[in-house]
Amino acid sequence: MAATRESEPTPMKNDTTVERKSERELVVTRTFNAPARIVFEAWTRPELFQRWWVPKSFGLSLLSCEMDARTGGTYRLVFSHAASPEPMAFFGHYTDVTPPSRLVWTNDEGGDGGAITTVTFEEGNGRTRVVMHDLYPSKAALDEAIASGSTSGVGETFDQLDELLVAPGAGVPR
Amino acid sequence: MVQYQQARFDASFAALSDATRRGVLEQLGRADASITELADRFEMTLTGMKKHVGVLEHAGLVVTEKVGRVRHCRLGRPLAQEAAWIEKHRQLWEARFTELDAVVEELKRKEQADGRNTRK
Repeated sequence: MAATRESEPTPMKNDTTVERKSERELVVTRTFNAPARIVFEAWTRPELFQRWWVPKSFGLSLLSCEMDARTGGTYRLVFSHAASPEPMAFFGHYTDVTPPSRLVWTNDEGGDGGAITTVTFEEGNGRTRVVMHDLYPSKAALDEAIASGSTSGVGETFDQLDELLVAPGAGVPR
Repeated sequence: MVQYQQARFDASFAALSDATRRGVLEQLGRADASITELADRFEMTLTGMKKHVGVLEHAGLVVTEKVGRVRHCRLGRPLAQEAAWIEKHRQLWEARFTELDAVVEELKRKEQADGRNTRK
């Protein structure tokens, strides 16, 4: 690792991994080529966050994005989707915001079934490893999130991705 | 259906609590194998491996079929289903993070430009 010279950037291998760590935990990891303060900023400033949270390729649009990323602050995202007549709202509050290393929020739209999302930002050699950890209140809640995304056929991947997209870490859209 | 799936997931996680059984699943993810082959690979007795495969089969993680005197093992459906969901989830996050890369690059450039301006 340390053998690479500063002037020669390390070949990029920033694969996204997703792992079901336990009955109640889902973990997503990814490394970014920037210091933690920059990556953290992109997760906590609404005008930046809304530029990446809804990837262009997924046919959803973000109607509004309110975020007050401070410990005790709240967030509220409203999406619209062609398949749904009503806009869908996702909301919760930040229980810990420690720049530039840690971010914890609740997912309250699903009532008791919502996950607690903890995102950590670990900096090393100018890069930042982001670990996003969703802790579901029960095994059933995570199973339900998985089952809701895996019931339809293989050809419907994009519809399922849409379902996942509107309910990041939050289980089933209500 | 949902009930059935959840019972399956319960059994799945019990089955996955053992390192050898996780190894067997990983192995079967690469290629189907007979119980004898699995026993060899994991350096255990045929009886021991039969027990492990039995637990995995009960959980629906592995399907076995006897052909002649050989019992063939392959991955079962629930695990495949969960793995498929995980992969879809990963694609979603990869798409998000690709966009996030662009945002991050822009912020980096801005910071570098600002840094140069202050130094001058």
